[in-house]
Amino acid sequence: MRPFGYSRPSSVSNAILEVREFLAADPQSSLSFLAGGTTLLDLMKLDVVRPERIIDLNALRDELGYTRSDGSALRLGAFARMADVAADAEVIANYPVIAQSLSLAASAQLRNMASLGGNVLQRTRCPYFRDPSWSACNKRVPGSGCAAVQGANRAHAVLGTSDHCIATYPGDFAQALVALDASIVIAGPRGNRTIPFDSLHRRPDGNPHLETSLQPGEIIAEFIVPARSWMRRSLYLKIRDRQSYEFAVAAAAVALDLDGGMVRDARIALGGVAAVPWRAREAEDALRGQPLTEAVARTAARLAFAEARPQSHNAYKIELGQSTLVRALLQASSMELRP
Amino acid sequence: MTTGLSTDRRRFLIGSAVTGTIPFMPRDAASQVPEPSRSPGSYPSVDLTLHVNGQEHRVEVDPRTTLLDALRDHIGLTGVKKGCDHGQCGACTVLVEGRRELSCLTLAVSVQQREVTTIEGLAASDGGLHPMQQAFIDHDAFQCGYCTPGQILSAIGCVREGHASTPADIRESMSGNICRCAAYPNIVVAIMQARERMEG
Repeated sequence: MRPFGYSRPSSVSNAILEVREFLAADPQSSLSFLAGGTTLLDLMKLDVVRPERIIDLNALRDELGYTRSDGSALRLGAFARMADVAADAEVIANYPVIAQSLSLAASAQLRNMASLGGNVLQRTRCPYFRDPSWSACNKRVPGSGCAAVQGANRAHAVLGTSDHCIATYPGDFAQALVALDASIVIAGPRGNRTIPFDSLHRRPDGNPHLETSLQPGEIIAEFIVPARSWMRRSLYLKIRDRQSYEFAVAAAAVALDLDGGMVRDARIALGGVAAVPWRAREAEDALRGQPLTEAVARTAARLAFAEARPQSHNAYKIELGQSTLVRALLQASSMELRP
Repeated sequence: MTTGLSTDRRRFLIGSAVTGTIPFMPRDAASQVPEPSRSPGSYPSVDLTLHVNGQEHRVEVDPRTTLLDALRDHIGLTGVKKGCDHGQCGACTVLVEGRRELSCLTLAVSVQQREVTTIEGLAASDGGLHPMQQAFIDHDAFQCGYCTPGQILSAIGCVREGHASTPADIRESMSGNICRCAAYPNIVVAIMQARERMEG
């Protein structure tokens, strides 16, 4: 691990002051925020991430570690730990897709450590990204090429990729947030702003190293999940190579508003198959106003993968992803909701 | 290796750590690309106070030191084990404020005000074992023993979190602790036994 400077501000405003000073002194130098550390320390040991300065935000847990809800929205402080939100009775009852996406991720120890903000910012598990002995990785070294295109790409994405990067977005929670139309509050050197969560992650296109729309020094402070008609009939279905403690090869976050057997509204996000948390709008449109039969679900799933682009080893994800979505939709439609 | 040799080695390591004769070596020091403008010496070491097993420990460490390395190399608590050093195997599991966490992915400097419990801190002052330690012995829940301290601390977290009601629940909740000897069936039974005693 390379050397770094370290500081631990006591509040969000102090953290922003430190960021401002640090960036003013040397805009080119690299800065990393530390929360749970489960991604950052791992990637620093691998020499993939090389911050010259670490600003430890763990003192912010008191200020931004909450899980709150009222009639209109669920508000999650970005420094709440995954395990705490996953075990929250209100989240389990009224936002099941969020609780499930968190509890099906990582291991118990990692969920005790990892913050929500850090979780949505976790980096891809592409082995060529994680191993600097591979020289070609546009995400790690812009312009160096992509070793995965000609390499072992069984775990890679089929949606949202580009010729420059086919890495899969690895997380689970992000799909739940996309499906439930969440937004995030961002604190930064230029003040606070709120954006749809959907616009946080950037597709790789020609610049795979630019993964999010966060500006230098910005901190995710809060997640806001609106209470809507579809949130209670929601679930996260995660398909893995082994049953536990593994990343998804395909996953679906679905939320349904049903009127009898008819779909009034549907929200769908796909994981494990795409370069970013993937909203499947065409599939949602195909469900609206239809009875949720297996045939209708299968049509919707086909539309969700209509633009899928397989690589040499991952074409199976197109069929698997569709089956995952069909099963998730049928399971959600048969959920029994308590009044 | 005989038991005697093993004990001598351990005593040597503990003694060395206390007198500070083992320098802290970053894991990948040998593979670092030399960067003249930023030599490791340009960042001073930091004085930390760690709270471990009910005692305060003052240590002077490089800011890069993980909690795992601080416990083993600076405080001499070698019960905590280094397996993968990347948060994948669970061998380094400790309790932080009573919750199971991974000491290999925690910076020592970041954990100063928090109480850390290692395997050495579980037994009662009269030497009586924690119910989880006893259950692992009763059910032969290990073979080589390398993953066992992490398994036991993780298992205590599993019970405290309320995930030890069925064997399936335990297996899911313990999936972050890998055992290469595959002692899993006995670990599950041991946790079932310890849960009754911890909650009873």
